[in-house]
Amino acid sequence: MSKNPRWIIYLLIFIALLFIPRLLSIHDLMLFEYGITFAIVGLGFNLLLGYTGLLSFGHGAYFAAGAYTVAMIGKYFPKAYSLEILIPAALFFSLVLSIIFGFVCVRHTKIFFSILTLSLSMLLFALLFKLYHLTGGSDGLRVPLPTLLGVSFKGIRRPEFLSGTYYYFLLGMFSVSFLFMKGIVSSPFGKALQAIRDNEVRAELIGIRVRRYRLYSFIISGLFVGLGGALWTFVNGHVTADLSHWVFSGEIVYMTLLGGFGIFEGPIIGAIIFTYLKLYAMGNTQYWMFVIGATLIVLVLLLPNGVAGAVSSLWPKIKKKNN
Amino acid sequence: MLAIDNLKKHFGFVKAVDNVNLDIAEGEIVSIIGTNGAGKTTLVNLISGYIRPDSGRILFLDKDITYASPYVRIKLGVGRSFQLIQLFSNSTVLDNVRTALFSKYGMIRRGLLPADRYSSVTEEAIKILDNFNMSDKKNLTPKGLSEGDLKILDIAIAFALKSKLLLLDEPTSGVATSDKFKVMDSIVSAIKKEGISTLIIEHDMDIVSGYSDRVIVMHEGRVMAEGKPDEVMENKEVKATVFGIVS
Repeated sequence: MSKNPRWIIYLLIFIALLFIPRLLSIHDLMLFEYGITFAIVGLGFNLLLGYTGLLSFGHGAYFAAGAYTVAMIGKYFPKAYSLEILIPAALFFSLVLSIIFGFVCVRHTKIFFSILTLSLSMLLFALLFKLYHLTGGSDGLRVPLPTLLGVSFKGIRRPEFLSGTYYYFLLGMFSVSFLFMKGIVSSPFGKALQAIRDNEVRAELIGIRVRRYRLYSFIISGLFVGLGGALWTFVNGHVTADLSHWVFSGEIVYMTLLGGFGIFEGPIIGAIIFTYLKLYAMGNTQYWMFVIGATLIVLVLLLPNGVAGAVSSLWPKIKKKNN
Repeated sequence: MLAIDNLKKHFGFVKAVDNVNLDIAEGEIVSIIGTNGAGKTTLVNLISGYIRPDSGRILFLDKDITYASPYVRIKLGVGRSFQLIQLFSNSTVLDNVRTALFSKYGMIRRGLLPADRYSSVTEEAIKILDNFNMSDKKNLTPKGLSEGDLKILDIAIAFALKSKLLLLDEPTSGVATSDKFKVMDSIVSAIKKEGISTLIIEHDMDIVSGYSDRVIVMHEGRVMAEGKPDEVMENKEVKATVFGIVS
């Protein structure tokens, strides 16, 4: 593993990431943290899209499952409101939700799968929106600062929390997710998923239970997205039912396409670029949706493999020139 | 090893397979030839479990598999290749074979260590590719292969599943005429090395005669003739209907 130059680059990037809080302003750092949480989401989403060949338009549901777990524990069980309980709880509820939804969805593929995921996530949206007394409805729920291993952050302002302890916690969670997902996609299990993506008929004929493995992929994907959702709440400080709306799911799809779903690192790059793109577009023009839409068109027409795909296809050319 | 007893499958008025009896012994290479529509592919589909017969029985290793699912048949050892190639198009040649091995060994549930760490499986995959003279292409994806190599890879996957019986549906269709014998040489030498029973579907007698122990001629769903390749070639009825030679 250490011989592979790729791992040296990963290590260098990790070391660079340790110094990010000193380099960025608090505003940019917060954006970057949004980016990292979405990067975890992207990793999970892409297991389903890039490696299993299933396009979900309802992954906001698992994001919401993670996010609402945190917010509701904060509201109803404030004693349990510490990160070491919140994260496993968020994982648990996104696991349960993705098992139930996944069980229904993996019965179909292609557009039917996409529509099913979309409808189920809208069902959750309706619940979160209508159960006002429980979920806060359209007002959503506030997310206070959590404790970590008994350390309370009372009296500390959110920006300070985010630029200190929480950044490193987030970075740790991201690194673990990255390594896990890297392991999964290159493992025999990952190869089986790719076999299903490439040729369902043949996969069945080499003895892979296609539907079951699609469900496994769906569940793992949901877990990562749920984790991303839980981590995101502390950066955002507030959750609303919109997280389960298909528009939000669409953003997950968008950032994955932006980065490139054919490449492992693509969704990570896409998540970070998207976060900045959306904010700067929103800050500079009221037609920000036009900017996002136009970018999507350019992307589909000119960079079908996303930004990461474009960069990685340039790489051999640059190498050649230098030689 | 394989015993087919009065197998029948009709599609409406078309008698695709009509009271076919057939036996394949262990290690035997049997070819089925016949004109288009003779029922060859239907027969393979019945044996591999793609479609269900109207009546009759299929016994494999003394087990009745007439109505067993394709999955069960694969686990028992019935492997097949396809007339229209079915490959994992975005994975490397090595991974195409390796995934089949992982599945065969029940290792596809292992989700954390990279596939490369299972070096014995990788070595075995390379050995299989070696058998088919394909190991130098192990890092290419199917997109970079010739039609003949694709056919060979398709069969190598079935081979990796350690099938006891291989059903090869037109292994040389779509392959350039000049390459057909090369492809058949690779396939048959690998099969013979392992002593696998094989049923080859072809319509080209030239290709079949050099490689099979026995030839079965099908016509309109029925077995018309059966025997050693040269005997069958001399059969008048076969000459007239299959080769269009009237003497």
